[in-house]
Parts: sequence; C-alpha cells; structure tokens
Amino acid sequence: MPKLLLKGGRVVDPANGRDGAFDLLIDGDRIARVGRDLPVDRDVAVVEVPSGFIICPGLIDMHVHLREPGQEHKETVATGVAAAVAGGFTAVACMPNTSPVNDNAGVTEYILKKAAEANLARVYPIGAVSRGQKGEQLADIAELKQAGCVALTDDGHPVATAMLMRRALEYAGMFDLPVIEHCEEQTLKTDGVAHEGFQASALGLRGIPGEAESIMALRDIALAELTRGVVHIAHMSARQTLDAVRWGKSRGARVTCEVTPHHFVLTDEMLAAPVPYDTNVKMNPPLREAADRDAMLAGIADGSVDVIATDHAPHHYDEKRVEFDRAPFGITGLETAVSLCFDRLVHAGVISIARLVELLSINPARIMRVAGGSLSEGAPADISVLAPDLRVTISVERMRSKSKNTPFDGWHLRGGVAATIVGGRTVYQNDDAAIGL
Amino acid sequence: MKKDLLGIGDLTSDEIYLILDTTEAMREIGQRPIKKVPTLRGKTIVNLFYEPSTRTRTSFEIAEKRLSADTLNIAATTSSAQKGETLADTALNIEAMAPDMIVLRHASSGAGHLLSRLCKSRIINAGDGMHEHPTQALLDAFTIREHKKRLEGLKVTIVGDLLHSRVLRSNVLLLTTLGAEVWVCGPATLLPPGIERLGVHVSTAIDEAVADADVIMMLRIQQERMHGAFFPSTREYFNTFGMTRARLAHAKPDVIIMHPGPMNRGVEIASDVADGPYSVILEQVANGVAVRMAVLYLLAGGAEGD
Repeated sequence: MPKLLLKGGRVVDPANGRDGAFDLLIDGDRIARVGRDLPVDRDVAVVEVPSGFIICPGLIDMHVHLREPGQEHKETVATGVAAAVAGGFTAVACMPNTSPVNDNAGVTEYILKKAAEANLARVYPIGAVSRGQKGEQLADIAELKQAGCVALTDDGHPVATAMLMRRALEYAGMFDLPVIEHCEEQTLKTDGVAHEGFQASALGLRGIPGEAESIMALRDIALAELTRGVVHIAHMSARQTLDAVRWGKSRGARVTCEVTPHHFVLTDEMLAAPVPYDTNVKMNPPLREAADRDAMLAGIADGSVDVIATDHAPHHYDEKRVEFDRAPFGITGLETAVSLCFDRLVHAGVISIARLVELLSINPARIMRVAGGSLSEGAPADISVLAPDLRVTISVERMRSKSKNTPFDGWHLRGGVAATIVGGRTVYQNDDAAIGL
Repeated sequence: MKKDLLGIGDLTSDEIYLILDTTEAMREIGQRPIKKVPTLRGKTIVNLFYEPSTRTRTSFEIAEKRLSADTLNIAATTSSAQKGETLADTALNIEAMAPDMIVLRHASSGAGHLLSRLCKSRIINAGDGMHEHPTQALLDAFTIREHKKRLEGLKVTIVGDLLHSRVLRSNVLLLTTLGAEVWVCGPATLLPPGIERLGVHVSTAIDEAVADADVIMMLRIQQERMHGAFFPSTREYFNTFGMTRARLAHAKPDVIIMHPGPMNRGVEIASDVADGPYSVILEQVANGVAVRMAVLYLLAGGAEGD
C-alpha cells in the first residue's frame, strides 16, 4: 500500500492535545506521522482535505444491534458495518441479544468471522452476562473474553437480580470486562410502551416512568461500589438517572454512561405529531419529556455523560407496520448520529468538536479497553473525516442498513461524514463531500 | 369535516354542534313507522371489530341500515386475524374491495390512525384501546344537551377508572371544547399522569367532585385492561367511589346520571341509582343510533361535496 498523506484538514485529536491544521501520514495500516508541513516523498499519495473538514480518531459506536446470527431479515453483520462506515464509525460493539444469544465462544467467533468477511468497520462483540440472557446463571465469561468479547451485558433486559449483578461485577472484574447495563425495573415498567406523562396519557398509551430506569441505575451503582466493579449505564434517558450517575461518580463509583442521539434530540411529543402513533418513535427506553432531553444535553455539556452511542436497533418494515403497542422497540441510528451530533450539539453551541471526539471515540475506546481514540503515531490508522458544514438531508433510500426504521427521514441537518478510514484503508467516501481518497 | 373521525380532537366546536344538530333530525327518522331513508344507498360500510362489543356494534349497524347503506360485520374472532394476518393487511384487503367507510373497534390505541394512513376509505373510530371513543362522547353530549339545553358552564363529573378509559378522553376533549366545567375523580392509582393539562379538575374525593354537579358520568371498572392491583377489592372500590343515593344527594337536585355501559352493578354504581329517576343510561343508548347516523351522513356527505 502506498503511503497516504492527508493534507489541509483540521486535526482534532484531544488525546494528543492537537486541534488545528496538521498533516497526517498513513503508512500501511498505521498512522506514521502527524505534524505541520510534512515532507511529500515520492512514494506518498497526497489527498488535499478542505480546510473546514475534521480529521479525528475513528468514531466508535459502543451500542449496536447487528442482529446476526438469527435475525438476518433485520440486519446482518455485513449490512450493519456498511451502515457503520457510512455513518463515520470505524468500529462498533454489537449486543449479544442475537438468536442464539452470544453467550459462548462459538457465537462470538461466528460474528467475528462475518465481520472479517465484510471487512469494513471493526466489530467488537459484547457477550451476555447470563446464559441465554435468562438472568439465572453466569455465561462462560472467561471463554467469551478469550474469543474476543470486550464487555458483557444482558441488553434488552437488565441483569435480572441484584445478586447476579453482584456476581457479574465481581467475576467480570477479573477479566477487565465492564458490565453494560440496560437499566429497567421491570415491575415498574410492566407493559409500558411510552414515557409516562401527558403525551402517553392523552394518547392512551401505557407509561414507563423515568424512575423505572433510575431505580435500576441506583442499584447497579451501589453494587459497583460494593464490588469495585465497572458498570456502564446504557442508553440513559431520564433526568433521574443522570442524577444517579452524577451521585455515583461523586462517590468514586466506577460508573460511566451513554446517551443516544434520539434522547438528546427528540421528546415524547413525537408520539402525537407529526405522525400520530408512529412506531418509528417507539424505543426502549422511550423518548421522554423536554426536561429529560434538556438534562441529557446538560450532562453532555458538563462532562457527566461519557459516551454517545446509537442503540442502532434495526427492525423489519413488517414488524413496525403494526399497532403501536404491538411494534418492537427500537430505531436505527448508525447513519444519522454524526449529523444529529453536529447539528444539535456542535452547531447549537452545546459542546466543542473536541468534546464530540471524546464522546464518540476516546471514551468508548477507554471504557471497552479497545484500540482507538487517538491519532498517535504508530496507532492503527482508524480515522474519520467529517464535514461539519455539509448540508445533509436524511434519506432512508440511501441508507445501507437493511432496515429503515428511523424517525429522522427527510430531516435537514448541518454536518456529516466525508470519509471513513479503517486500518489505513478507505472504506467509505461520501459522494456529496468527496475528497478524492 | 376531515376524511376520518379518529377522535374528538379531529373536530372543531362548530363541527361538534353540526353533528349534534344533525342528530336531532336523525332521531326523527327513528321515530317513523318505516325507519329507513335512502341517504347512504349504494354506500358500503364495513364494521371491523377486533374487540367484543354489543352496544356499539349494534348501534352502528342499525344506524347504517336506517340510512340504507350496505353493511357487513367482521369480528376478529372469525376473521383472518385468527390466522395471523396483521391489521394492516386485513385493512388493505378490505380496502381492495372498495368500501366507503370502515368502522373500527380495536384494543390498541391508535389503530385507527394506522388504518387512516393505509386506506382511502373513511375511518370511523368506534373505540381504540385507551385512547378515544368519539361517537360515545357525541352521544353523551347530545343526551346532556337534551336535558340541560346547554353544555357551557355545566359541572360534569366523571368518576371511575380514568386511566384505561377511552370514553373519558373523548368526553374530556369534547366537554372542555364546549365550555363545560369538567371534574374527574377516581382512585389515585387510576389517574392518568398529567391529565390536568387537558383542563379538568382532578380529585380523589368523590363528595367534592360530585358536589353541585349537573351531570355525573360513571365509568366502568375495566377488569380486562387492568394488569395489576389498582385497588384492594371491588367491595372497597364501591364503598369509596361507587355511586349511591347518599352520594347523589351532594349533586344538584336535577342531576343526571350517565354510564357508557356495560355496567358493573354494585361496583361503580348501585342498582337503585342505575335504575332510578336520575338515570339517563338507556336514553344514551337510544341516542347512540341517531348520533351515529349523523356522523355517517356527514362523513359521506362530505365525500359528495368534495
């Protein structure tokens, strides 16, 4: 592979304290040099990056459902990673609620084999906490770690009991695996389908209060303190949960958390309009009130939130074209996240681009203890090239995900992806922001 | 009027009054020896019922027949739903046979909205989950107006299982739109969160809620929608919230008692109240036919006027 020199863009690499016009030289699958006015040797292909474009460490989405094995009608590893790189992500971590569940090395290896065949984004499997995600018996965690799992979760459900969570935190700690928790007190959620509040009441939908989430987060933070284990709160949606996480952090508990773009952009008013009972605004946790959405924005701004992750949850058209209460929870997210982050966080003045890189790259890498998060010399050349001012119209027709269940179709947003480079190889280029890679 | 009647929220106050005024004319048809007019001749109306219903389905069918529509009933228990067909597919198949209207009763809130997006036929919501039951609220308003000659300024108290009731939501929307003072009352476990934002007074004390009421509307305790313990026992419920003669004494002397049916006697209402002189419960049923005739006529007439 010839050497590749990215010239002219704005390098944002907070891990190395860089933010400005730098050249970046890629040699093979590694970053060779970062500096000003790097010499152009004869064996170097030069790519002129427009000065407004951002060159940053590859984005990592630590909460994705790739659905394979078992639900290939919704998504496959191949279509999922194609969507990921089109969304600017160089790596994704995939949830274990497949069929069969990723609770053993065989499934982990299968996913990694499919990922190697697709050869686009890196895929980090997340193993189940409990066998079959049934909440009874721990999965073979050492085996999962050895096969390549980077974290554990029973996502889709919380870890069923306090005792199992305690054991999981203690046991997973031996292998440096964080436990990612889908926080939901199920006896409080019962058969709820929407945020408990005025909108659900007016529409006659069964409610899920924010406390269904925060109660479980408080349990897990307490257990993290008890065990010195590492817990990561997935897809936080309620302001009470954010308070719980802040409280835990202030006490020194090893707790981190993530927020999805839809929870910092949308509210439960989407249930009523523009499309009443749109099943593409049904997800778990549900869209909450403006006060919760604003709390998520505040947490993103003040550093309480560690990660932005999409909870990319593809569902087939047939599964979503049903009565609201019968539709599955979840929306896709890989191909809309960057535009929503630029439009609603950066351009709205909530955070800087450097902070965005922290949320989308540095912190997910740190929490899952995987490579990435920096543009250090010698590091794998996983790089996202972003176009902060690109005018983007979200279009499901153009999406690479197998499923089209997004409420953002037709949205006009400012900011998008120009190119995605994984291991020195250009795996995606946006025709609307082509830089000639 | 809009293409469909999915809820009271679709109607302006002028449209509500138009329906109530049209109902007067329709009721007259029901008093003739030959209770049939050719108004909807050649129109096909499908009554698609996914939930058991006696009153509403019969009422719609009689209304359709009095207007000379061709009508057929599909009950979910005998339809392809039993074979696993989705509501969307069932609707599209019915739609392919070009009916003019579909009257839908369904256990899921918003089921009518799904059909509305898929079908050219006009959709009339005959009750969707815990959301709305617009023709019930219209017939209630008609019944109240007949007794009180007005709706504005009346104190209307609605008591019972507020959380699961589509009748509540439609009535609150309609009565507040027309200027009534609406009180809702029930156990704290059955109050929909945020309901006060609809412009109603909320109380868990029945004597306060009933005091000086012009109209009292009792809602059914919906055992089938209750997947949990909302109150200790039906006995305690009756003692705390049931409508008795003693409680009625707090209301205005000319109060009327309403119930959308089916009643649980001895649970939300004492039999001597249900059958007593203040009760207009059977009038509600009678008016239901005329109100539905008015709705069908106006929606169909709208089609011709387009």
